Amino acid sequence: MTAQTRAVESWTLQPLTDFVREASVRLVLVLTPSGQVLAQSGFSRAVDVMSSAALAAAIVASTAELARQLRQPPFAALSHQGPKHGFFLATFKTDRGTLAVLAVYDLDVSSLGLVQLFYEQLAADLKAASPKGAVPKQVLAADFERELTDSLNTLFGR
Amino acid sequence: MSKALDMVTRVRGVRGAMLVSAEDGLVVAEQLMEGIKGGAVAALAASLAGRLGRAMQAAGTGSSVFWHLQGEQGALLVVPGGGTDGAGILVVAVAEPDVNIGLVRLELLKAAEKVA
Repeated sequence: MTAQTRAVESWTLQPLTDFVREASVRLVLVLTPSGQVLAQSGFSRAVDVMSSAALAAAIVASTAELARQLRQPPFAALSHQGPKHGFFLATFKTDRGTLAVLAVYDLDVSSLGLVQLFYEQLAADLKAASPKGAVPKQVLAADFERELTDSLNTLFGR
Repeated sequence: MSKALDMVTRVRGVRGAMLVSAEDGLVVAEQLMEGIKGGAVAALAASLAGRLGRAMQAAGTGSSVFWHLQGEQGALLVVPGGGTDGAGILVVAVAEPDVNIGLVRLELLKAAEKVA
């Protein structure tokens, strides 16, 4: 395990660690479509995790709605490539519910093909490792702030 | 583009040929025998090409023209076609270990000229 990879739900840790090593990605978030972070790698500030998770969840929601309006199944993955970095966002179903993976990679070190290749392995590993028969925990409004603080403390080893 | 791969795959011992985007490691065109994971070969070949290109620049040898990886059960042969600094298209052949390397190289270079 690298010092920068941490998980709120421990079953996500090994698949994520393998993905980070093999795909040579810089930043990764594993989150629910509502923006609840299960694991992260590469982030050094809690505010970056919170904003990235919120933005990723918003993209998942908006593309799902766009697909619905086009009468298509939800988009499997979204990729954006800039001059130096690439972003990859994809969702998949597990026994824990639908999960999303946001990965950011340096174009000098990795590529969309590599990220896609090892993402497939990550999704398969997370599906296999997810708790069977688990009902996704609802984060109630009253507990939201405490849940968020607990998650961030875990993600940054506090 | 698939025409560019025809002559490569006709060489005895070649199990498949692909055009790969060097920048993002995605398959542009492919003619592969069953059982070869095109997406994986493309991603890993492009990654290798990028790193190899930087190593060769650092060594002062210029950009690569052809590379050949020999495995126990097969070989990977690649000609970077067009572009600089690893950009452009890679022409990739997956072959049996005892393939005629010279002939495959020749056909890969011709294919690279066609797609450039």
